[in-house]
Amino acid sequence: MGSTSAHNNGEGVGRRDLIKRSAALGLISVPTMGFLSACATGGGGGDDKETKAPGGEKSAKNPLGVKKGAAMEAFIFKGGLGDQYAKDAEADYNKTYGVTVKHTGTQQVGPKLTPRFAGGNPPDVIDNSGADHLDMNKLSTQGQLQDLQALLDAPSLDDAAKKISDVIHPSTIEKGKHGDVFDVLYYAFTIYGTWYSQKAMDDNGWEYPKTFDDMVKLSGDIKKKGIAPWTYPGKYPYYVHFNLFGQIAKIGGMEEWIAIDNLEPNAWTKSDAVKQVVEFYEELAAKKYFLEGSQGLTHIQSQTAWNKGKAMFIPNGSWVENESAPTTPKDFGMAVGALFDGGAGDKMPQGTLRAEPSEPYIVSSKGKNPAGGMELLRIMLSKKHAQNFATKVKSLTCVVDATEGMTLSPGLASASSVFKTAGDNLISLQLQEWYPALTDEKIGGLTGQLLTGDLKAADWIKKTQAYADAVAKDDSVKKFKREQ
Amino acid sequence: MQHGKYRFIVGFLALPVIIYAIFVISPFVQAFQISMTDWSGLVGTAKFVGLDNFHKLWDSDDFWNALRHNVYMLIAVPIVTLGLGLFFAFMLNVGGKRRKNEVITGVTGSKFYRFVFFFPQVISITIVAVIWFNIYNPDPDDGMLNSLLGGLGLDSLQNAWLGEKNLALLCIMAVMIWSHVGFYVVLFSAAMASIPRDIYEAALLDGANRFHTFFRITLPLLWDTVQTGWVYMGIIALDAFALVQIMSVNMGGPDGATDVMPLRLYLTAFRDSQFGYASAMGVAMLIVTMTFAVLTMRFARRERIEF
Repeated sequence: MGSTSAHNNGEGVGRRDLIKRSAALGLISVPTMGFLSACATGGGGGDDKETKAPGGEKSAKNPLGVKKGAAMEAFIFKGGLGDQYAKDAEADYNKTYGVTVKHTGTQQVGPKLTPRFAGGNPPDVIDNSGADHLDMNKLSTQGQLQDLQALLDAPSLDDAAKKISDVIHPSTIEKGKHGDVFDVLYYAFTIYGTWYSQKAMDDNGWEYPKTFDDMVKLSGDIKKKGIAPWTYPGKYPYYVHFNLFGQIAKIGGMEEWIAIDNLEPNAWTKSDAVKQVVEFYEELAAKKYFLEGSQGLTHIQSQTAWNKGKAMFIPNGSWVENESAPTTPKDFGMAVGALFDGGAGDKMPQGTLRAEPSEPYIVSSKGKNPAGGMELLRIMLSKKHAQNFATKVKSLTCVVDATEGMTLSPGLASASSVFKTAGDNLISLQLQEWYPALTDEKIGGLTGQLLTGDLKAADWIKKTQAYADAVAKDDSVKKFKREQ
Repeated sequence: MQHGKYRFIVGFLALPVIIYAIFVISPFVQAFQISMTDWSGLVGTAKFVGLDNFHKLWDSDDFWNALRHNVYMLIAVPIVTLGLGLFFAFMLNVGGKRRKNEVITGVTGSKFYRFVFFFPQVISITIVAVIWFNIYNPDPDDGMLNSLLGGLGLDSLQNAWLGEKNLALLCIMAVMIWSHVGFYVVLFSAAMASIPRDIYEAALLDGANRFHTFFRITLPLLWDTVQTGWVYMGIIALDAFALVQIMSVNMGGPDGATDVMPLRLYLTAFRDSQFGYASAMGVAMLIVTMTFAVLTMRFARRERIEF
């Protein structure tokens, strides 16, 4: 889920012991850095030698040529979605290839794997998600990622006549490319939007609003009932961006958003959509439509408050159903709504949805068994495992129509229904993926202020532009471009 | 008997020195070297960039912002922690009412207090941070502090605590102080126990009150211990990583209000994959910490009193 998910944020503690010990010496983490880098000065632990994959015979059953009995290692992010679904796929892999996949489930993908990439012995397949994920752009430019074209060309497990590229969503392929090379497989689909309880809406005779104005009006009614219209996790203000950014693209059109993704000069300041959207949030803040204290809540705390009916709406992604399951009342009727209309001049129609390919799986090109890594992904892309994913973690996969005919949980049913309604009007944003320091830390800080009413919309826009310009000028940050 | 003495010593010291050299000295040296490269941390190669990282650091508003917060902590946290530690230790050992056959005693129940004060010290810092994070939960029902205030009828004092720009750093400093006071109570108690009782006796005969005994006798005789505590506490204040990383909103927020140097370093290395730049931060921190330690040792030096 990349940095777009935050299931695990509270627990980023892996390096603490190390750092504490160094602190006692008054030299925080200098030794840590040095230790990890032992091989940086030693001439590298194998960045030049391309590891020879143990080649097996290619056949119809084994199109990627996986060698039987060859060791394979999987490193799976264990956050809001858990890692059981991956283990299930590994079990099938084990049966076919007569090995036991070495499995690690963790929330610390980045800190744990950085030294292994530097040392030249990365695991074969990695679910690179969570707050502490690896920088895939860096990995890609440095040749650490396996080109997954072979996987795209391989036949699907369900129907040998269809290639993998035919059964997965086109936006998954588009998003997984660095330049022309497809090297990241976003296994899941995350539906972003405004989440609410259908039951609470029905009980009060309310309907999910279609426009900004309706939303402001409804929020007023909700507040009169003594319920806070909105909440958000102030600890991770980028949750608000899930909708705020999407809303800009919906109203201003993808062209305007792509200018923002590409860090073009004045991309924020010259857009009327930005102004309208940020002013919408400013208005919500000014009218005190956010649950008091939201600025100090974690994602779990805000979801719990929302589950308890203290607040009506919450910006979130489709993992919320699984993640908040322990606190969700039985008859809650979790549902998600699409982006709001700003006005008649909107570039994209009613029903437009931000749906992002998520849960990025990568295969290490310098691992010991890249073919095996790709084969595991091929197994996961079968209908059986896509459905297993939907059942186990209540999320959609990139496998098109895999859940047809299944009985889905309320949140997932709602998500797949808005997904269907949206059709081709899907929004995919790159900014957070490409420049997390910009979106989460810098703009996130501003958004936090905006929502407490401490920052005016005009200043938010001005400062955001300044931060974006600073990143555009910074040579040490690798830049990306997407086509209009 | 002198024969073979050095061989004997070397035999004992070689292994620890080698281990120390490999795991402590060599990383230190390498950090200097890496701070002059653009190493990403993800591959085995890096380019030499001279002092570019340090130039960048000098111009970085984020770094100065983080350093400023460390300096605030460096000033406030040791003073308050050591002050409270001294006060409590004094009360527990010397501050009690005079009783028969005892020249000096602690307040009633001092044994129990000593036990309680030491509690936070045995809890791992991670758990301390998680506990306090939940205490500061802004929810008026679930948040311990807010619900306590609500229960006392002090609703107007209810706050978003860590979400409040003006309060967040203070909230974190309070936790730092809370978790370290106990250690100093014990440390100072031990030091006080070594002060000869006849000095107190003589002072009391001359009519000194508690205030006088503290400032004229206890504090001067404890000065060495206080000084050591000061350096140690200062180093803790220059770190603060664990507490800020777990407790603060938006990693050092709101809007950078709780950012500290080690957190900046961590994010630069592991989020931005700029290990070279992060190493430069490490080197800068080394300089700051060393400066602090040297200055403290130099200016806090006093004549030692033999007793």
